[in-house]
Amino acid sequence: MKSKAFTDDQNMQPLIRVENLSKLHERRSLAGAREEVRALDGVSFGILPGSTLAVVGESGSGKSTLASCLACLEFPTAGNIWFDGTDVAAVRESLRRQVRPQIQLIFQDPASSLNPGWRTLEILLEPVILQGKFNLKEMRRRAASLLERVGLSSEIMNRPPAELSGGQRQRLAIARALTLEPKLLILDEALSALDCSVQAQIANLLLELQDSLGITCLFISHDLAMAAHLADEIAVMHRGRIVEQGPADRILKHPEHETTRQLLAAVPKITSGEQGAPEK
Amino acid sequence: MAYILEVQDLHVAYRSREGAVHTALTDVSFGLMPGEIIGILGESGSGKSTLAGSLVRLLPGNATIVRGGVHFEGKDLLRAKPEELQQIRGCRISLIFQEPSLALHPTMRAGEQVRQVLAAHNSRGKTALLERTLEVFAEVFPQEADRIVRSFPHQLSGGQRQRVLIAQAIACGPSIVIADEPTASLDPSTQMEILEVFRKLRRKMGLAMIFITHNPALLSGFADRVLVLYGGRVVELGRAPDVLASPRHPYTKALLASIPTVLDETESAPRKKLPVISGESSSLPLEGCVFEPRCSERMDICTEREPARLNVSEIHTVACFKYEK
Repeated sequence: MKSKAFTDDQNMQPLIRVENLSKLHERRSLAGAREEVRALDGVSFGILPGSTLAVVGESGSGKSTLASCLACLEFPTAGNIWFDGTDVAAVRESLRRQVRPQIQLIFQDPASSLNPGWRTLEILLEPVILQGKFNLKEMRRRAASLLERVGLSSEIMNRPPAELSGGQRQRLAIARALTLEPKLLILDEALSALDCSVQAQIANLLLELQDSLGITCLFISHDLAMAAHLADEIAVMHRGRIVEQGPADRILKHPEHETTRQLLAAVPKITSGEQGAPEK
Repeated sequence: MAYILEVQDLHVAYRSREGAVHTALTDVSFGLMPGEIIGILGESGSGKSTLAGSLVRLLPGNATIVRGGVHFEGKDLLRAKPEELQQIRGCRISLIFQEPSLALHPTMRAGEQVRQVLAAHNSRGKTALLERTLEVFAEVFPQEADRIVRSFPHQLSGGQRQRVLIAQAIACGPSIVIADEPTASLDPSTQMEILEVFRKLRRKMGLAMIFITHNPALLSGFADRVLVLYGGRVVELGRAPDVLASPRHPYTKALLASIPTVLDETESAPRKKLPVISGESSSLPLEGCVFEPRCSERMDICTEREPARLNVSEIHTVACFKYEK
C-alpha cells in the first residue's frame, strides 16, 4: 500500500496527473496598477488509484487554489490536469461537468458547508437530484446505507445540521461527498476544525473508506503529523511551488527542504519530564 | 504562596428556550498562583468557554451561576457590583478570544483600538495615552510597531491581529489574562510565535494566565499546570509534565493516545488506525461518572455514584474510582 503514488510502476497509471500547473490571480491596487499573484507555480504530481497524497504548507502557500483547480471549479492559467485520461484543464465546460461528480470536495468547517435549513436527508440527496438520477424509494435506501457507512445512525435523517455535533456534521459531509461514488476525494483541511478525539475518529473513518471503496484521496492540511499518518506520499508547498515531495515516512524522518523542517518544528510535541517544564 | 484567583465549587447551568435546564459546569474548583500559567484542556461541550466567561461574569443571558465563588483580590467576583466588575474586567483581569478577525473593529486603526481600552480605565491626558499605546505595541511587535499602530485589521495577518488583541489585553497591566483558544485559527508556526509572546509577557510582567485549549500538545512546555475538563467537571489537575506525559484519568489517557505523533524515529506509523474514544461527548449519563459510557476501564461502581477528586500525589488530583484506596 505504501508509496504507490508517483512511482515508476509501468502497470499502474495515476488517476490524476498534474503537469506544470500554474494559476495567476490578478488584482488591481487602489492606484489602478496591475498586480499579479502567483498562487500556483509549476506544480506537478500524480496520484495512483487507491492511494493518498497529502499536500502540506502554511496559509497562503496555494493549497486551496490547487484543490479548486483539481475539482474543476477554477481554470488554471497554464498546465494540464489529466484525470482518467482527459485533460480537464483544456476541455469544454460541458465535458468538465461530466468530470465534476467524480471529484468531490470536503471542506474545513462542516457547520458552514452544510445548508442549515435542510434536513440530513435533503443534504445527502441533493447531489443525486442535481444529476437527475431520480427514484425516491431507491434514494432513501441509498441515504440510509451511506449514513451507516460513515458511522451515523439513520435516526438523524430528519434532523437539521444544527442538531448534530461537529464530528457528526463532518461525517455527514463525507457521506454527501460519497453519494455520487466519486473516484477522487479532496479533503481541504477537513480535520482542522475538529476536536482531537474527533479528528482521530474521522481519520480512522477515512482509512476505512479507502480500504473498502478503493477511493483516491488528496489530503490538504497544515498538520504534518496527521498528513504523515494518513498519506502514502507528502508534497510540501511553499509560495505556490512544491518544494519537497516523497514517501510520508521519508519526509517525516529526513526532511530536506527548509519549509518542511519549519513545519515539522511547528508541530507541538508532548514532552515528558523537566524539559517540558516552562522556564521561570 | 496564596492564590491570586480562587475558584470554589462553581456550578453553572443554561436554560433552553423550552425551559429545560442544562448543567454546563459542576463543582469546578481550582486556584491560580501569581505568575502561573494554567492550561484548561477540554473538547467541544466540556464547558471550557463557560468557565472563561463565568470567571468575570460574561455569560449569555440564559446562563445562571447556580452556586460557587470566584475570589480575586479579596472580592467574590460572582457577588461584586456591576461597577466594581467594570473596573476589574479589561484592567485587572482581561480576556482574549479565539477569532481575532471578529474581535477587532474592522474600520478602526489598530492603535486606536488599544488606546480606547486604555482610555476606558485611565484618566490620563491625550499625549500620555498615546505614549502608553505605543509602548504596549512595542511590547508585542518588536519590529514594526509603528506601521501596525496605523494599520486597519484587514491589512494585518492572522498572527498580527492576534497580537493586537494581546496588546489590548495587556494595555492596563492586568495581573491575570484569560485566553480562550487564542491560537486555534492560526498556522502551527504562528501558534508557536504567539505562545512565545505570552511566555515573554509572563517573564516581564509576571502575568498569570488561564489558557483554554482543545489541543493538549500546545500546553506542553508552556503551561505550569493542566486542568482537564470533561462534561463540565474537573477530571484531572496536576503539573503539566505529569498530566501530559503520564496521565492518570482514563479520559486524559485516551485523548492523548488519539493524537498522531511525529516523534517515533524507529516506528513507521502511517496508515495505522489511531486509538479512539468511542461514542460522543454530547450525551452525558444522568448518574455516576460522566465519562463512564465511553470509558475503557469502567467498573461496576462507576454507574452508581460520581467519583470524588482524589490525590494521586500532593499536587495531582484525579476524579476516578481507580485511584480509590
